[in-house]
Amino acid sequence: MNCEEATKLKDGYLDGELDPITSQTIEQHLRECPKCDQAYKIHGSLIRAIGNATPYYKAPAELRERIQSSLREEIAELPTRNFARDAQPLFPRRQSRPRPILWETSWNWLALAAAIIFAAIIALTLVPRLQRPGADQFLATQLISSHVRSLMASHLTDVASSDQHTVKPWLDTKLDFAPPVVDLSNEGFPLIGGRLDYLDNRPVAALVYGRRKHFINLFVWPAASNESKAPKTITRQGYQLLHWADADFNYWAVSDVNVNDLQTFRQQFETRTPRH
Amino acid sequence: MAATNSQTESNSGSSIFGAGGKAPELRTVIKEDVASFEEALLPHLDAAHNLARWLLRNEQDAQDVVQEAYLRAFKSFSGFHGSNGRAWLLTIVRNTSYTLLKKNQAVDFTTFDEEIHVVADEFASPATILEHGEDAELIREAMDALPAEFREILALRHQEGLSYKEIAEIAQVPTGTVMSRLARARGKLKEYLAARIGKDK
Repeated sequence: MNCEEATKLKDGYLDGELDPITSQTIEQHLRECPKCDQAYKIHGSLIRAIGNATPYYKAPAELRERIQSSLREEIAELPTRNFARDAQPLFPRRQSRPRPILWETSWNWLALAAAIIFAAIIALTLVPRLQRPGADQFLATQLISSHVRSLMASHLTDVASSDQHTVKPWLDTKLDFAPPVVDLSNEGFPLIGGRLDYLDNRPVAALVYGRRKHFINLFVWPAASNESKAPKTITRQGYQLLHWADADFNYWAVSDVNVNDLQTFRQQFETRTPRH
Repeated sequence: MAATNSQTESNSGSSIFGAGGKAPELRTVIKEDVASFEEALLPHLDAAHNLARWLLRNEQDAQDVVQEAYLRAFKSFSGFHGSNGRAWLLTIVRNTSYTLLKKNQAVDFTTFDEEIHVVADEFASPATILEHGEDAELIREAMDALPAEFREILALRHQEGLSYKEIAEIAQVPTGTVMSRLARARGKLKEYLAARIGKDK
């Protein structure tokens, strides 16, 4: 690699967007070329400075209300005749129309019965096979709701502290297990605090980390022995979920940061957690 | 996916921009329910507002555009089947912002030949910039002074922490363009900072 190529790829490299082989080639070049190495360092500080210094304009509370009421107005303005063709109105006008035509003919009863039997056959055949993904999807919904709720209701943390030695004892007294807690400030994920949550039918620990101007909720609970330990990622509604497990615990990280950040977070967390 | 979505979106009405809006496709609206729409997209309100605020540089315009974008999104929500609601919403916010920017003649687009990658000067005194690197107000000012395309890409990358792929989807450019545009945006920012710091001395 020559200096021109290295310069061209500078932003991609510093943003962590290049493939591993290209990244290694660049690192090789930087070891040999002090000029490029210096340019990369300067550019890196600029990139960090932009991220740290520019304000994030959060939406004012009244904007949310304005949007919600404008959506409701939008619905109210829909002419009623359009509802006739498509069955479900958004806000059913109570009792203003008769029940749907399902009850009108016996033919519909037959169709309904056939549909139910068919659905039952499908369900009995497929459900055992689909059970795991289905359970995951359900858990994913719970995890996202919990994450969103924690940000909405100003109930991000029960114990707000960047000190792992404060957060951990607090959680230990509240739970029947002792989750690992590490501060990852030096790795760019400062510990903000901890919270109790309830997921998958059990109390869980929620550790809250910051990433630039975003939050990561890390949910931790004891791993069952028969569970898959393979890491997996799920993307839903713009949120990233990353799951992994070690001998003792299940981890689910939920955030709106990008998936690379979340992977880095997991690596750092695993590196800093004592092996069992 | 992105192309189809933005297509759907751009066909919808536009109330704050006056003429050109046509009646929404009602039947597509009715199938979806407000609650599921709100559940999917209201969590991204801050992201939407932040992007609009950086693009329009004005709080009132930003709020109008975000409200308008949510309405547009709502009207075409049934056409959205992707998994990334945030990227979809931000695409609409972006397009709506640009419509207003154009209408206000406050258009500060600069057309860039993305193929020609012009490297910003490595400054004679990079240390000077870095000493001032933590000057938040100066950096904000510098970012505000950049063309819309650059403000947009810097906000999406530095504040939303989006990947190049997501940015490409929102800005409707190839992924390769994202890197060169980011490089140019940061280069311009650096030039601005250097000029300002030079002048203040």
